[in-house]
Parts: sequence; C-alpha cells; structure tokens
Amino acid sequence: MAVSAAGHPRGAPDAQPLARLALVGIGGGLGTLLRWSLESAYPAIPGSWPWATFVINLTGALALGALLEGLAAAGPDTGRRRAVRLGVGTGVLGGYTTYSTFAVESVRLVGAGQGWLALGYALGSVLAGVACAAAGSWLVRRLGTPGAGR
Amino acid sequence: MTPLLVALAGGLGAAARFTVDGWVARANRTGLPLGTVVINVTGSFLLGLLTGWLLTGAAGDVGAVLGTGFLGGYTTFSTASVEAARLLRAGRGWAALVHAGGMLVAGLAAAALGVWLVAGR
Repeated sequence: MAVSAAGHPRGAPDAQPLARLALVGIGGGLGTLLRWSLESAYPAIPGSWPWATFVINLTGALALGALLEGLAAAGPDTGRRRAVRLGVGTGVLGGYTTYSTFAVESVRLVGAGQGWLALGYALGSVLAGVACAAAGSWLVRRLGTPGAGR
Repeated sequence: MTPLLVALAGGLGAAARFTVDGWVARANRTGLPLGTVVINVTGSFLLGLLTGWLLTGAAGDVGAVLGTGFLGGYTTFSTASVEAARLLRAGRGWAALVHAGGMLVAGLAAAALGVWLVAGR
C-alpha cells in the first residue's frame, strides 16, 4: 500500500485513530523539545543567517528520507513498522523540523534590509532540503537495510 | 516549566498536523500531496501574526510555547522535502517545482501578511 510522506496510509480506513494520534503527538513533543533546545542554545542573530533552523531542517529532511526508505524496504506498512513511521517519522522528525519558523525568519531578514540573504536562505533551504531528503533515501538504498525481507 | 509546555504544545501541534493532513487527503483530487502545503502555509501565517504581536511589545514564554511549540510542531520541513524528492524521483519534475516553489511563495507571503496585519511592518 502506498503511504504518503505526511503519514496517512492511502485509501485505508483508520482503524485506531486515537492510538495513531497519540503516537504522532508524543513523538512530536519530543522532536519539538529537541528543536527548542537547539534554538535556545544557538539563537538566531537578527539580520544574519539563521543557522540553527537551517541545520535542524536539513538534518531532519535527511533523517526522514532515510527512515521512510528503510521502512519501505523492510516490509509493508503494518504493525511495528507503521508505529515507527508515525512515532518517529511523522512525530519526532515532523515536530523537530519547522516550516513556520523558516518562513518568518526569511521575512524578518527582508525586514532587516537583508533581502539577498533572505532570498539565499529561502531558496537554499528548500533546494538543500530536497537534496538532503533524496540523499537520505539514496544512502539507505546504497547501504542496504539489514534484516529486510528480500 | 517552559520546556514541558513547549513539548506539550509541540505534541498538540503534531497531532493537529496529522489530523489536518487526513482531512486534506480525503478531499484532495489533484494527485499532488497538498496536506503539507495547507499546513505549512496556514502555520506560517499564524506564526507571522504571533511574531507581529511580539514585535509590538508582547513578551515572554507565550511566544515560545505557541510559536516554537505549537506552530513549530504543526508545520514541518522534513515532510515537505521528502514529498518534493519523491515527485522528482517519480519523474514529475514540474509537479515537484510547483509543490516546493508554490509552498515557498505562499508560505513567505502568508508569514509576511501575518506580521504586517499585526505590527504594520
């Protein structure tokens, strides 16, 4: 069964909606806590490149690309694999990365008179994010998945 | 106290993301993964409003809990990146460009509108 990257199994009725929501919520809380810790330790300096969010978003994209590729190679999206996908993928990595902070940081850079930096940050993040997601899944395909049923 | 509230808000944000994505997936007939687009654009608008409010002098932990916590947990960069990478890998280069580019333009415009509506700058 095809699985959307956002977390929902396509075309399947939701058998345990509350259990899934709880998995996503608990994972999301942990991912958010990790992001908050990093953003607090390395706060963005107004008018300069927001390094913390940049690194968070790219490492999260790489990890999600690798995780979803590994899970797909390991077998169908059921049982423990689905729980890991929802808890770790949709939850932890979804909560760890952020689009709203990225968008507001870009807008604030424009407001600080750093239009070119804002453009570089916005385009650079999106392009590097897609490259990191692709690299994550490529790495897992390249290295193979130990224990995969193939 | 703040870390606990931030984590709690982030968990609620992630659960809200999962729920909204489900709604959009059921209504979506376009063949493009639009759930994350809707989530990231609405989240950017709301964080813009919150940022504008903080710029006008409102302070403190409310910004961390609602902004970093709830809206950070609600919106997601990793899923957006994986969705575009999957479209590219499926040979749908234009769809990937429309998806990633459309989300970026709409997200930036929504964030800017949010800040401007509250702070006027």
